[in-house]
Amino acid sequence: MEIIDITITIAGEAGQGLQTIGQLLSKAFSRKGLNVFANQVLQSRIRGGHNYFQVRVSYEKVFAPAGATDILIAFDKESACHIQELAQNAITIFDSTITTLEVTQGLRLDVPLEKIAKENGGNKLMANTVAVAAVLGLLEYDITVLFDLLRESFSDKSKEVAEVNIKVAQAGYNATYRKIQGNKLPALGDLHGNKKMLIGGSEAVALGALAAGCKFISAYPMSPSTGIMTYLASKDKEFGIVVEQSEDEIASINIALGASYAGIRAMTASSGGGFALMVEGLSLSGMTETPLVIVDAQRPGPATGLPTRTAQEDLEYVIFTGHGEFPRAVLAPRTIEDAFYLTVKAFNLVDKYQIPVIILSDQFLADSLLTIDTFDTEQVKVERHLIGNDELQKLQGYKRYQITESGISPRALPGNPYGLVVVDSDEHDEEGHITEDVEHVRPEMVKKRNRKNIALVKEISPPLRYGPENAEDILVGWGSTYGALKEAVDILNAKEEKAALVHFNEVWPLPKEHFDFLEKAKFVCVVENNYRGQFAHLITATTGRIMENRINKFNGLAFTAQEIVREYKKLKK
Amino acid sequence: MVDLNTFGKFETAWCSGCGNFGILDAVKDALVKLNLDAHNIVLVSGIGQAAKLPHYLYGNVFNGLHGRAIPAATGIKIANHKLVVIVTSGDGDIYGEGGNHFIHAIRRNIDITVIVHNNQVYALTKGQASPTSDVGYVTKVQTHGVIDAPVHPLTLAIALEAGFVARSFAGDKEHLSLMIQEGIQHKGFSLIDTLQWCVTFNKKNNFAWYKQRAYKLGPEYEPSDKVKAFEKSLEWGDKIPIGIIYRNGRPSYEEACGLIKDKPLVEQESSAHKVKTILKEFL
Repeated sequence: MEIIDITITIAGEAGQGLQTIGQLLSKAFSRKGLNVFANQVLQSRIRGGHNYFQVRVSYEKVFAPAGATDILIAFDKESACHIQELAQNAITIFDSTITTLEVTQGLRLDVPLEKIAKENGGNKLMANTVAVAAVLGLLEYDITVLFDLLRESFSDKSKEVAEVNIKVAQAGYNATYRKIQGNKLPALGDLHGNKKMLIGGSEAVALGALAAGCKFISAYPMSPSTGIMTYLASKDKEFGIVVEQSEDEIASINIALGASYAGIRAMTASSGGGFALMVEGLSLSGMTETPLVIVDAQRPGPATGLPTRTAQEDLEYVIFTGHGEFPRAVLAPRTIEDAFYLTVKAFNLVDKYQIPVIILSDQFLADSLLTIDTFDTEQVKVERHLIGNDELQKLQGYKRYQITESGISPRALPGNPYGLVVVDSDEHDEEGHITEDVEHVRPEMVKKRNRKNIALVKEISPPLRYGPENAEDILVGWGSTYGALKEAVDILNAKEEKAALVHFNEVWPLPKEHFDFLEKAKFVCVVENNYRGQFAHLITATTGRIMENRINKFNGLAFTAQEIVREYKKLKK
Repeated sequence: MVDLNTFGKFETAWCSGCGNFGILDAVKDALVKLNLDAHNIVLVSGIGQAAKLPHYLYGNVFNGLHGRAIPAATGIKIANHKLVVIVTSGDGDIYGEGGNHFIHAIRRNIDITVIVHNNQVYALTKGQASPTSDVGYVTKVQTHGVIDAPVHPLTLAIALEAGFVARSFAGDKEHLSLMIQEGIQHKGFSLIDTLQWCVTFNKKNNFAWYKQRAYKLGPEYEPSDKVKAFEKSLEWGDKIPIGIIYRNGRPSYEEACGLIKDKPLVEQESSAHKVKTILKEFL
């Protein structure tokens, strides 16, 4: 089978429907079983500016942008910035009635998108439909897939709206189908794969929360985390989940902690700035031993930074912030698929250890779309670790903070008739009441809380190793960089350079033995979307080994495999 | 049978003669009168001397962060609205550090009863001005006297269309107990701003100062008239009204939310298994 790896870039201003086109194309491909990875690069504004949406289609699974564009749909002059990334046989579609464009690479195709829409009974807005169809025409794709999608997306409107769109789509398709001399793009006419799910990063976290039985989220809208709350709100009746948009992030975390104390699985989500406001509440979760899942969808900082771009700058922050000492776990999904399972794990960990767990994602992961076969919901186990009324009744007086060997105390819920549930942000005794006993109670409580880490650290999964077993050159990464790193390793090994990837998605606590691979490695390079090399610091702190070789990207964009290969080769010289 | 013994007797960290004792007695009295068992109540507080109250009677307790009692109480009530949720904290906690939450909890109209121990001073931190201190009030920090105009909590609450707005006096246990009973029975956010003297740090607004000024609203006063309630809430000087200043029948959050009308969230069956069925929406 020939290798198919096509990237379609839709570029233009905010408000020109780039997302609609990108999503329709992604869905058209996933419906025929192709693998899709789509991501968007946006400016923080509602209209204007220059944005782009990239759809990468492949027979193989891909998790990162390719870095080269095969089909460019250019809606504005600024789209010229993508010309340098055009592949050799690239085709650029533009409408000379909307914008002018000089193209030096590949074919330049003036398609009268608006005119086609209007001449076929549609309006100016349907230029988007024409654009989608024109791309499918170039690839000789099955256009009926698009017809189905149009019918579905206009199902709540009159039948005519869908039919007009279909007519317009057919005309757009005809405009490019086998009409372009010199079109060297592969034809994708003969596909028989099963439909794949096409899902976004925020949706995957939200679905993980629903699968884990989460019944409450309080959050304050903040890019790029808002999608989680939005998706959950769309399912509130069906799943009996209450979504509360709180007055600020301080309220978000404290409301969620109240809900969790009263017995339901609760979460909150924000980006770095909102998370910063939650930090006192994080410490409250640690002190009162109230379970809580917190999502930090990272964006570049400091302060407001680049609100709609990506970064891995909050790693050390989320691990070390919060006054006082208490255990926590930090999970950093490596793919959208992984985000679902890690969210479930986060909910089980918080209940088992009565701690906060942070899901550390980022804009790149949150705003991307990925095809997957399915989520294995059979794998999902909801483990609440609550003490029931029968057991409570047998106890001679319930103590919320009973000192135990594991440090984990039996957790009952308020409202039960057998034991009062007293929690306190002050240092407290076993019953939960405020104390200033510094001789006995305070040291015992500190030890109890922190002892939970002994078992917690054993819950952390080892890193994923990818590439030749005997490779002595190792790339190390964590979180959403997985896709680009995996591909970089493939590229390197294709050229007989033996390199492997060691990739972490559970980044705190860090068991020392997860770094045993360092013993056999000759060359280690840590790759991160930040300036300082924060994971490299953690490796040093855990193992005592200095990580000298690093690749850091901090301009707000995600890595591509080619970039990593280029920088890796420089370091190896 | 619920009686005063239900709620026990505890040693406290309060100064002898503190106004907090009167509030504690009134809370217990109200709970007994409403026949509420310790297991069915949650006392929520922030930080301060007032916020220690939940430790001095039997009940479920969430003693959270300074200023954050109201959000925690909100979460508890959303999760299990069968529980009677009572916030007891000071003026600094609720009107200062937690001012934003005070505003938005009123808008939300969550069914919690908020008892504010308002002594017009920060006592636990040793005598600085509070959001309700009078202009000109001199402290070790406000050495030239307080410049900021005081918060009028009742006026603010009425402006935000709070469902139940009352004031009482820590020196009148019977009246305060009655206000607390009314507040707990009201479906929605209830504010009971409670005049409280501080024996150690507020030499100006002492027991006698409040005692002389506080007068009970008579039966002729109609708390449903918003404009009159505004006027009444602004009365602060030689005479200070106590009683229900304003009340209305706005639907509570629990009633309006739709998802927790009948069964508390914590008792609702998990729908987690349904995830499998919605996955097809992504095909």
